[in-house]
Amino acid sequence: MTTDAKCGPSRREILAASGAGLALSALLRPGAVLAQADDTVTIAYNVALPSWDPTVGLSAVNPTIQAIYRSVFDQFIGQGPDLSFQPGLLTAWGWNEDRTKVWMDVREGVRWQDGSPFGPEDIVWSLERAGKPETGNPIQFIWSTIGNFAIDGNRVTADVLRYEPTLFKWMAFLTAYVMPKAYYEKVGAEGFEAAPIGTGPYMVDAFERGAFLRLKSNPHYWGGEPAFKTVIFKFVPDATSRVAEVESGASDVTLEIPYEEYDRLKEKPGLHGYTTPVSDIAMIFLNDVGPMLDKNVRLAAHMSIDKRAIVDLLLSGYGEPIDTLEAPQYAAYDPTIKVPYDPDKAAALLAESGYGPDNPVRFTIQTTRGFKPKDYEMIQAIVGMWRKIGIEAEIEVYEIAKHFELRAQDKLAPAAFYNWGNAIGDPTTSTGFAMFGPSPHSVWDTEDLDAMIGPLWGEADEEKRITGWKAVDRYIAEQGYVIPLLQYVQPIIAADRVKVTPNVSGALQPAWMEKAS
Amino acid sequence: MLATRLALGLLTLAGVAVVVFVLLRVVPGDPVAMMIPPGATEADIARLQARYGFDRSIAAQFLIWCGDLLTGEFGTSISLRQGVAGLILRHLPATLELAVLALEIAVILGGAVAVISARLRGRWAENAIDTGNGLALAVPDFIWALAMVFLLGVLWPLLPISGRIDPRLAPDYVSGFLLLESILRLDFAVAGDVFAHMLMPALALALPLAAIIGRVLKSALVEAMSEDYALLARVKGFSEIAVILREALRNALGPTLALTGVQFTFMLGGTVIVERIFSYPGLGNMAIDAVINRDLPLIQGLVLTFGAMFILINLAADIGAVLLNPRLRHGG
Repeated sequence: MTTDAKCGPSRREILAASGAGLALSALLRPGAVLAQADDTVTIAYNVALPSWDPTVGLSAVNPTIQAIYRSVFDQFIGQGPDLSFQPGLLTAWGWNEDRTKVWMDVREGVRWQDGSPFGPEDIVWSLERAGKPETGNPIQFIWSTIGNFAIDGNRVTADVLRYEPTLFKWMAFLTAYVMPKAYYEKVGAEGFEAAPIGTGPYMVDAFERGAFLRLKSNPHYWGGEPAFKTVIFKFVPDATSRVAEVESGASDVTLEIPYEEYDRLKEKPGLHGYTTPVSDIAMIFLNDVGPMLDKNVRLAAHMSIDKRAIVDLLLSGYGEPIDTLEAPQYAAYDPTIKVPYDPDKAAALLAESGYGPDNPVRFTIQTTRGFKPKDYEMIQAIVGMWRKIGIEAEIEVYEIAKHFELRAQDKLAPAAFYNWGNAIGDPTTSTGFAMFGPSPHSVWDTEDLDAMIGPLWGEADEEKRITGWKAVDRYIAEQGYVIPLLQYVQPIIAADRVKVTPNVSGALQPAWMEKAS
Repeated sequence: MLATRLALGLLTLAGVAVVVFVLLRVVPGDPVAMMIPPGATEADIARLQARYGFDRSIAAQFLIWCGDLLTGEFGTSISLRQGVAGLILRHLPATLELAVLALEIAVILGGAVAVISARLRGRWAENAIDTGNGLALAVPDFIWALAMVFLLGVLWPLLPISGRIDPRLAPDYVSGFLLLESILRLDFAVAGDVFAHMLMPALALALPLAAIIGRVLKSALVEAMSEDYALLARVKGFSEIAVILREALRNALGPTLALTGVQFTFMLGGTVIVERIFSYPGLGNMAIDAVINRDLPLIQGLVLTFGAMFILINLAADIGAVLLNPRLRHGG
């Protein structure tokens, strides 16, 4: 067999060489499966990144994706792992005395990842863009509350068009990313999608949609270069595969795995675990229809649920029972508001309304199955607890998309399981949107509650505002308008060489990871 | 005949398009409801409906989509905010390479099993092979996938568990056919890595198909071995294995090929779950996300693509069967 220099290798030669090369490369690669460079951290991540623009579309409001966005982009205002607010690209911010203007001081000496200088123009452009309805920013209702921007040195001022007390909190939350004005205007939306740049701790090195994202550290990051020079996000939506990834050593870190697997893996040599209560709660929406119009039924349904038992038996102890829609890390959390587990009292309340085990009150409870950890099993357990005191609930399983559709139409069943996130910890984004009648996401719509909540939306006195929300939460608990169940705990497994800083918001940020000493 | 089959295929595809379009709008799960921001007003929701064209009647939406199809576009994905046609074209090569590799494995495994089983007919080894074949057939592809993840990914970590290529390699290739292009470029580091990533999902997909091929081909071989031409070959002094390979196999291939074509389409359907388990970035994995997000334009585009693949595969299988069987060619 000879090779014609002009024509290159023959087909047979190519095939033979290919076969041999393939076999050798494939079979002699076990080392490659396990190898992890010291400066690289590989994360088996549970959600794939759909789009690079962090300010528009479905992905912009996905809390889990924020870990990736926060790696490449900076937010107006930063947020610590305990949900505390800290300087980001804005170093200081506030309102004037009568709350008719806002001011924002812009960080100096920052550069975009293409080397161009960052400045107040980028802040103004990003805020103006976010506030325009046509750009499709899902949080436009917040960004449109300020306008008429002016720049003076590194200070940006704007008129308050509608007073929104949570404006600056939102600047550390969904869609609050600073985008590169000049670069975006030059390359357009498609160009940005192909080659995104930010001011964040990491730069995009390679991205294969649905497969992986490779980031390299930004050596000029204003917050200091991160510990790991390369970060690889492998998009592994299947929990079993994520367990296998970290167990085999192919990935260093993973999250959101079954608690039983977490307990097993954290005991394995070379691995360790973290569990952190996150800003995500499980709850049962009650709809103001049928039997739920009876306060005794609502309260009985709440008091007969042994939340601690659910956490201990179904979630391996990972979860914190809650009695309001505020988790302990939230601004309006009030530990004195309690709805006790008291099945005897629940039975007595039902008896007052003429119900009991022999004459049960009947309604439907809707739930997802597999959307959240043990969601269906939790509802099964609750239905069992209810049955003992005289509540006969029929379980209806639906897809999460169906839940959204029914909720938007206010057609949910009398009871419906759901989970609710609130990474800025403000009561407006938990109790507010979940319980205020005019909100498209509320289920309980009654005038008494709306009258209490209404004035709080524009309350300028922060202390008065938070106190007001606590009173709302207390009233809701007394009236039984919703059944808060528990605060979720996020399980994270990491290789011993990686030290992870868990984040109450749930966003697993690689810039906060360190090399274990 | 080919023209008629193609025309029928196009008609079928048009039917699929209509059914899928209407079904997706009738089944529960409003995509806009998933996008409603917390403080949205009625006007905001109406604006969202209009942005994605859901404020129009189903008939009007269908006509717009048909217009898009004629210009080679499938609309814009709601969740990925990109053209559906482009997204499908970028993910199709991954699924095609996986499916073809799985088919090759299935044909080789199934063929070997059939020939060996036919050769060892009446011995204990035949029973053992048949039992193994039955097991491969009874266990669905996704169970094979999970078993392989455990065995070859965790217990004995020989093969990568997820993805299509080691993220540290990620070559800048012009086509999406990573395996093919890397072989043509003689880039064996990439080819080996891609091949290793494909091996487990391809095996999981291949095993049930291999079992079917093995079973059908073996029956056809056994039948062919009792034909006169096989007897004549034996009289001429051919060994049993030579009779199988030189005489019986060619005649047994026809029915096997036709069945393989049909079963291959089922196997393509299996890529949806298997790609998910291995986080393999193909059409199947994308389809699951599209369904979760109620991304109607993307679901429509994917279903049409899978429909087109099914039709083309069946057509190819029919043509292959005709070429292999002269009686079919002459209408006999």
